[in-house]
Amino acid sequence: MLAGDIDVIRPEISLSVYAMLALIGGAFFGKDRLTVPLLWLTAVVLAATAWWIGLRTGEAAAFGGMFLDDGYARFAKVAILLSAAVVLLLSRDYLERQGLLHFEYPILIVFCTVGMMVMVSAGDLIALYMGLELQALSAYVLTAIRRDSVRSTEAGLKFFVLGALSSGLLLYGASLTYGYAGTTAFTGIAQAVADGASIGLLFGLVFVIAGLAFKISAAPFHMWTPDVYEGAPTPVTAYLATASKVAAVVLLARVVHEAFGGVTGDWQQIVAFLAVISMFLGGIAAIGQRDIKRMLAYSSIGHMGFALMGLAAGTAFGVQAMLIYMAIYVVMNLGTFAFVLSMERDGQPVTDIRMLNLYARREPLRALALLVLLFSLAGVPPMIGFFGKLYVLRAAYEGGLLWLVLLGAVATVISAFFYLRIVYYMYFGKEEEPLDRRMAPVHWAVMMLSAAAMLVGVVNLFGIESLAAAAAATLVN
Amino acid sequence: MIGLEHYLTVAAALFVVGIFGLFLNRKNIIILLMSLELILLAVNINLVAFSVHSGDLVGQVFTLFVLTVAAAEAAIGLAILVCFFRNRGTIDVEDVNVMKG
Repeated sequence: MLAGDIDVIRPEISLSVYAMLALIGGAFFGKDRLTVPLLWLTAVVLAATAWWIGLRTGEAAAFGGMFLDDGYARFAKVAILLSAAVVLLLSRDYLERQGLLHFEYPILIVFCTVGMMVMVSAGDLIALYMGLELQALSAYVLTAIRRDSVRSTEAGLKFFVLGALSSGLLLYGASLTYGYAGTTAFTGIAQAVADGASIGLLFGLVFVIAGLAFKISAAPFHMWTPDVYEGAPTPVTAYLATASKVAAVVLLARVVHEAFGGVTGDWQQIVAFLAVISMFLGGIAAIGQRDIKRMLAYSSIGHMGFALMGLAAGTAFGVQAMLIYMAIYVVMNLGTFAFVLSMERDGQPVTDIRMLNLYARREPLRALALLVLLFSLAGVPPMIGFFGKLYVLRAAYEGGLLWLVLLGAVATVISAFFYLRIVYYMYFGKEEEPLDRRMAPVHWAVMMLSAAAMLVGVVNLFGIESLAAAAAATLVN
Repeated sequence: MIGLEHYLTVAAALFVVGIFGLFLNRKNIIILLMSLELILLAVNINLVAFSVHSGDLVGQVFTLFVLTVAAAEAAIGLAILVCFFRNRGTIDVEDVNVMKG
């Protein structure tokens, strides 16, 4: 019995043991001398774990249904682990130049990743909460890891206060759900709502969704996002924008489908409402931003709106569209952040978008790659970002939400403006002080690969379509 | 006789006090941390009351998890606060304003 349970969560246990051993090793031996080898080793370990999880098949539940290992969780875990590995590869150059090579950094990333893996596998409110907190507590520390910077600690403080508030909301919802359903297991909650949800359960549902909406930074719970993105060290921002978003969206979809699948009509309106506000707020508020990290923060708010649109459809195809959208979103954001990480002037990182004026004249290839990535983020047809949007719009249409489709199309047009403005600066701007020409080879490689994926992926989306369909089928049946 | 609804009322009141403490407090970040703690304790009262009412132990187990995580959360919050204080020399809520969100 126990051996079987352990077998199901072996990847998570292995990663936790690895992180704890690395922590002891770091504290015992060389302190920060170990950081660079540890960064590479951790990236390899995370990628190997992704490979290991990707090869698993079948469905299994451990610890009385608290922890589920199904195709849906595995799809998300592979995306999370791979993006965490890429973020670690991107981190070294930046951390080294900023004097941030603390050996705790890769270890915190691993703990955060383990928390996300527990989140996407949760089959019970307790497991959900523990995973969420492991992820959130590590993320607060990572945000404030530059201890001598006012911005970094301020971002950490804001992230902590609002994150703890969202956990409080989520927990209050969890306690109400427990009280009115009589159990914390998702399957038990599903039975309790089988013949309509009582008013107590509805309150629980609303609080839980509000708490999770904080984590995915869906408007109107997005206030922390721009400040945290701006203040956190850029590799941490890249991590928060990719892996943690995937984990939270996937978790939200699991809660509403697995626990509250019987009352689709009740949560559909809430999710559709969050989707509309996020899309419009992300698109409109980004127009005023001059800082590329703040702009990407609003861009991610808008993208979360689109992902939620797939979820709002309430169908298996909607979940599939959401998974495809998140996978594409992660790839294009990693490429964009690889570029942001390389933005420097006189050896100091800069984030003002006006620095990109006439960038195309000096660095035509990089400017072209950035153009492809930005077009993909905006959803311009030949790039795969367009297909991600197409999938969620189709899912919403087939789910009978025509008004949502129309609003989504309008929001796409609005949000295209600020992406295209950067392209305008790069190709037709006024001459100003240029960026440094230096770009670390890893950043260059990740950016070019990501941009190439935006174009080549048009052929068959690298087969993620069928993978996402299989994953969605295990969640919604 | 004190029943389930009395406990739920107290918990709801504490929860609301905590939320208001977060949003109306303009003085001190320590008070923010106390308000967060209040929210979590309201949840604990809820969980224990439901657990006793329904004769199911899971709620009390959940409470123990929440208490543990709350302790870890307070430790990390205070650590970040100390770093912030070293940089700014103040812990007034009004001074957390280098970045305007």
